[in-house]
Amino acid sequence: MAGHSGEALSKEQIWGGGRSPFGVSYGKLMMWLFLVSDALTFSGLLIGYGFIRHTYEAWPVGEKVFQTLPFLGDGFPLIYVALMTFILIVSSVTMVLAVEAGHRMDKKGIIKWLALTVIGGLFFLLSQVWEWGHFIHGGGGYITTTTGQTYHLGHLEEDLHMSENGTYVMPEHLILIQNKYGEGESTQIEGAEAEKIWGTVTDYYHGANMLRNEYAPEAPQYANFFFFITGFHGFHVFSGVIINLLILLQVMKGAYDKRGHYEMVEKTGLYWHFVDLVWVFVFTFYYLV
Amino acid sequence: MERDDLIVNDSYSVNAKHDEAHGKEMRKNILKVTIILSVITAVEVFIGATIPRESGSFHWNIVKYCFIILTLVKAAYIVLQFMHLGEERKNLKYVVLAPYGAFILYLIFIAITESNYVLDMFQNY
Repeated sequence: MAGHSGEALSKEQIWGGGRSPFGVSYGKLMMWLFLVSDALTFSGLLIGYGFIRHTYEAWPVGEKVFQTLPFLGDGFPLIYVALMTFILIVSSVTMVLAVEAGHRMDKKGIIKWLALTVIGGLFFLLSQVWEWGHFIHGGGGYITTTTGQTYHLGHLEEDLHMSENGTYVMPEHLILIQNKYGEGESTQIEGAEAEKIWGTVTDYYHGANMLRNEYAPEAPQYANFFFFITGFHGFHVFSGVIINLLILLQVMKGAYDKRGHYEMVEKTGLYWHFVDLVWVFVFTFYYLV
Repeated sequence: MERDDLIVNDSYSVNAKHDEAHGKEMRKNILKVTIILSVITAVEVFIGATIPRESGSFHWNIVKYCFIILTLVKAAYIVLQFMHLGEERKNLKYVVLAPYGAFILYLIFIAITESNYVLDMFQNY
């Protein structure tokens, strides 16, 4: 596509002024440069995450933290994230189909595929909201004992209650888990032994915020990077959906008929593919590795 | 600079048009890339869900590099096929890709090296 007809020109002609030496329009070149800088920002976030992660001996295992599906509960490692990834890939495909339709001046095709792209983006955003909600609420929480050891709790029907004298009421079926989110096997403690440990509880915490999280009691950064990286990416998806929607309305209004080309669809397409591209890296480095 | 997305000049991407026959071929290619991306994602998730992490062990290092290679393959397909960078002029390719070769590879190297050193400090001093 781009650049084919410019290849026969000599260097002097290309860089001599009066034309884009890159063989793309001003708008498209600027979109590329913006994406380069944005990708550097994401690289910075991911590398910062890598730095912090390597300063800790232990780090939560992705498939143990993210293993819940809406309505179905636990026991589905990484399936939900995989689904989110798939949604984003499919919406990237519909976007590239919209661009292809644009090259054929097929207005109906553009409207169809662009609308599907917007819907895919919205689905991804809603999935992200559920994921955040689940991450923030957590799954059972953990207790700290007088010896400073931490034990995670098995799944609780409801949050723990405080009794009148300021201690936590022991849940009915007490299951304590050692090494719930870490590498290797996790062990369960039940019955009398668990009740003995419960007698030394000093603190209980569940869920995640910027200061503490139950997935990595020693590493608040685990949740911080989750919020910052997926949040920054989610904000990109959000703006991408808005931009796609605006372009869709413009196409429907016929704003690009006058120009004789649908390059605006291509430019927003570049941005949308970039959002998908970033997610590919977030998926690998936050959830898989 | 003139608004070159409005002026007619055959060497610009705005005038890249194709007919229905060519479009059919392109859609076929899009389908192919879609299948490749989905299969790679499925493989990644399968590996991630079945092989438990064991930092430092030999087999986990292999798995880790497999993940990174698969990710780079996916990224290459998205950038070269979906974003059509593969069809752009060579100088635009360099403008887009060179900063990563120049800065990011070094930044990754130095961040990992330094953080291992910090961990060593925490553990031993």
